[in-house]
Amino acid sequence: MSRPEKFIIDGKRLDGRTPDQLRPIKIEVDYLKRADGSCYLEMGKNRVVAAVYGPREVHPRHLQDPTKAIIRYRYNMAPFSVEERKRPGPDRRSIEISKVSKEAFEAVIMKELFPRSAIDIFVEVLQADAGSRTACINAASVALVDAGIPMKGILTSVAVAKVDGVLVLDPMKEEDNYGEADIPFAFLIRGGKIESIALLQMDGKMTKEEIKEAINLAKKGAMEIYQMQREAIMKKFIEEGENE
Amino acid sequence: MSNDILSEIKKDYVLSKLRDGERIDGRKFDEFRKLEIRTGLIGKAEGSAYVKLGNTQVVVGIKMQPGEPFPDVPDKGVIIVNAELVPLASPIFEPGPPDENSIELARVVDRGIRESEAVDLSKLCIEPGKKVWIIFVDIHALDDDGNLLDASAIASICALMNTKVPASRFGLGEDFDLPVNDIPVSVTSLIIGDKFLVDPTRDEMSVGERTLTVTVDKSDNIVAIQKSGDYLLSEPLFTEVLEVSIRASKKIREEILRQCSKAC
Repeated sequence: MSRPEKFIIDGKRLDGRTPDQLRPIKIEVDYLKRADGSCYLEMGKNRVVAAVYGPREVHPRHLQDPTKAIIRYRYNMAPFSVEERKRPGPDRRSIEISKVSKEAFEAVIMKELFPRSAIDIFVEVLQADAGSRTACINAASVALVDAGIPMKGILTSVAVAKVDGVLVLDPMKEEDNYGEADIPFAFLIRGGKIESIALLQMDGKMTKEEIKEAINLAKKGAMEIYQMQREAIMKKFIEEGENE
Repeated sequence: MSNDILSEIKKDYVLSKLRDGERIDGRKFDEFRKLEIRTGLIGKAEGSAYVKLGNTQVVVGIKMQPGEPFPDVPDKGVIIVNAELVPLASPIFEPGPPDENSIELARVVDRGIRESEAVDLSKLCIEPGKKVWIIFVDIHALDDDGNLLDASAIASICALMNTKVPASRFGLGEDFDLPVNDIPVSVTSLIIGDKFLVDPTRDEMSVGERTLTVTVDKSDNIVAIQKSGDYLLSEPLFTEVLEVSIRASKKIREEILRQCSKAC
């Protein structure tokens, strides 16, 4: 991939989207049989699967907390998920993503309800195309609901990038690689409203005014994703009700 | 367990002071601890800096060698930041491969240097596509009394400003000063409810490891942000932290220039 000369032509991005438009999203709930909760999610060319196990016993035992559940989050990329084969296992980037994503979920899961237990969240990236951490959080969120884990609300994640000086929602690979800045967000949405920020990172160059603008753009995108997460969950439970 | 009880007592103390609008060491909410910088103390390294921020101490050493460029940027030098949180620096650090905390620390410092384009990597090409200078920035913690991240970021940029490229050792001409064009400054705040404390000490951190780091370049651009810890951040608080971080970064940059220009 080489740097495109221009990212925005006639108000349209390289893939035809407007700056405030998301990539197509597909969500499938209860995708895996063995997991307590699961979700398959596509966000543009991202293909991710999330599984939730727990609340369950903690192994190794010394990690257990007598006051609350411990949350573990593993973001893992398949070797074939990117252009050049990725060496299997966690690299520094994956470890950092797992850490900040775990902390975002720790802030919303009602972990005091499950002392001495573990809630494990595993996300596998089968194909990555910019914004895989946001796709994974969206999938994990749905998988947690599917597993019946009590939460303060749902987490919805989306990134904003800056290309040619313009802020764009949900950047694709070219915009992510060659853009001037990138901010992934995850918001806590409760009662249909965005309440607070659970995940926030940024790299690139932005003024503080641009960052404020980026939050608003991200919030707009997050509300759209939230509706899709909600629909996918509702669909599953309605179908389950009909089958009974 | 005794540690837990102690930290509970400290936590109550920090919080009760905070209710009175004070910090336990008397600093203002947006005030850094005393900063002391010494450069060039490691003669074997191409550049080095020792930073003491309050009681937090860290040494950064720079080593350079020719190596292969990244295929997508064949004509630019490479910078690699690594952090070792050695067990000497804190009772909670353990020997072994870097854990998520040291990886996060190194990566946030890295982003600040990279995104501010502090080092002019285009001047570090030896033979396009084949050979460029690789810069290793190694952060070595000595004493973690809180906010090791900002101390490490300061030490890293000071060490880079103090670096001579060892060209003659590799038969590549004369040694030259590493071209450094910016001084990114990271400002870490401890978030406590709807309040925040800049440059938290270890005792202050006993209320919970919930921080927000904002790195600012010399033109007041934000070049990196990292929210760290299991908390929810409100939008008004975030924008307030942004404002305060920009202001605080200026003071630290002046201090770096004051102490470093003397030494470098």
